[in-house]
Amino acid sequence: MAVMTRVVELRAMQYRRTFRASIFSSFLNPVLFLLAMGVGLGTYVDRSGSATQALGGLSYLQFLAPGLLAATTMQAAAFESMFPIMAGLTWQKVFHAMSATPITPRDIVVGNLVWIAIRLTTIAAIFTIVMALFGAAASPLIVLGIPAAVLTGMAFATPIAAFAATQRTPDKFNSIFRFGITPLFLFSGTFFPISNLPASIQPIAWLSPLWHGVELARALALGTIGQAPGLALVHVAVLASIFLAGSWWAFRTFAARLARG
Amino acid sequence: MSVEPRSSDSALIWARSLTKRFGDFVAVDAIDFDVAKGESFGFLGPNGAGKTSTMRMIGCVSPVSDGALEVLGQDPRRDGPSIRARIGVVPQQDTLDTELTVRENLVIYGRYFGMSRAECRRRADELLEFTQLTDRANDQVEPLSGGMKRRLTIGRALINEPDLLLLDEPTTGLDPQARHLLWDRLYRLKQRGVTLVLTTHYMDEAEQLCDRLVVMDKAKIVAEGSPRELIERYSTKEVTELRFPAGVQEALDGQLDGIAERVERLADRVLLYADDGEAASVAVHERGLRPETVLVRRSSLEDVFLRLTGRSLIE
Repeated sequence: MAVMTRVVELRAMQYRRTFRASIFSSFLNPVLFLLAMGVGLGTYVDRSGSATQALGGLSYLQFLAPGLLAATTMQAAAFESMFPIMAGLTWQKVFHAMSATPITPRDIVVGNLVWIAIRLTTIAAIFTIVMALFGAAASPLIVLGIPAAVLTGMAFATPIAAFAATQRTPDKFNSIFRFGITPLFLFSGTFFPISNLPASIQPIAWLSPLWHGVELARALALGTIGQAPGLALVHVAVLASIFLAGSWWAFRTFAARLARG
Repeated sequence: MSVEPRSSDSALIWARSLTKRFGDFVAVDAIDFDVAKGESFGFLGPNGAGKTSTMRMIGCVSPVSDGALEVLGQDPRRDGPSIRARIGVVPQQDTLDTELTVRENLVIYGRYFGMSRAECRRRADELLEFTQLTDRANDQVEPLSGGMKRRLTIGRALINEPDLLLLDEPTTGLDPQARHLLWDRLYRLKQRGVTLVLTTHYMDEAEQLCDRLVVMDKAKIVAEGSPRELIERYSTKEVTELRFPAGVQEALDGQLDGIAERVERLADRVLLYADDGEAASVAVHERGLRPETVLVRRSSLEDVFLRLTGRSLIE
């Protein structure tokens, strides 16, 4: 346990040098998105009677914000578990330098995951504060939306980091965004209820890990979680299972990669 | 597999039938060697001989496929982290953190060993001094020259005051001046009693730094001894190098027979192995041969390698 904190310390030290560049992508961008879509576009949506009906009487901003919270952490998690992992294992090889010290490959995985979780927590917290400021939080339970969003992100972080450890070039990362992250971002109930999708496609949305995260975050933000606690548990179980399976895979791929050099 | 019990307690590294396989490929094929405390030990061989794979097993980052290995009296399979706590590693590639400054690279590396921040800072300043990088302490790593990066990597490997320093190709790619500066630093460490284990494909580096070395070729150890012993055993005192005008060397055909103990024909020159190189060159002229250049020199490890494998170290 104590050993992996040294990995977190390195990541924090690196971040101190690059955080200015990351402020825009990880904090400002999602907030601008929320304002443009939630407040700007939302004004039009809210004028349409059928939309208000579909959203169950909520304002569009209230509907969108928790979904965007989960989707934003997913995107940040995907990014954080691709390029920094590739840098550490392939470009600068600092994880190889670490593995020549008492730090084990497992410590390197856990330390990186803890760092990613810290990053996601700050991103989700700032996003939540902005949500509250614009009146998008309908319930104090929104605070629990932060861990829900972080869990969603971590369910993406572990398998993507595990995969990144098997790659020697970032070529396939674009495909993950193009064919994975972006479609999930758009069709997991973030911007519109999946009940608006054709009935034949809806079950596919249930397979999306992000959909589980969006539903969970939304149930907390709107305070409706008490209406279907069992469903919320299913969402948590799905996300936690993906996270654990991804961690197990990452332990294997990091160990193999660090042994191979 | 039966393995003989450990012979000596003074050995810092003890390997018997040490083997590394990657799938079907055998990178290290059942090699035996010992490294004693305070010794400077080298693996000399061309690229692909298995030197790096051996070093990575000693450094406890690459699992042993077969055979026995003890490092600092411990078993890498079981005690990896505690062995790694006591060694310093200079890998073939620098693996420095280019997002951090020179000094930060040293400090964070000390943290990996669990040293306190104050201790890390104190050691970092000492090592900046030792590696002659004090005036670059707060600079980024990227603009440093190859020699400076190498020195920083060596400083980093010393942060935990290791009992054993592993150096994989420490001066490959450096210009002569940077190499000499590095050798000087390594020589000082050796004088302080640090045990050095290094790989190299430069025979002059092996001669400068190694008390004892093994010659590796195609995953096996082909000879072992001090540089002087190896030269005495496998070569003559002197070597006469002859370069002939284009086309002449191919047509020589037996005309050099008997002039030296041994005659080696390389692509671009002929080597005559004789204890008296001057006499050999006189004999060449007496036979009416007119080489373009004649160079008489002392035998080196390069000649040992050529004798043992029929190939040059650097091709």
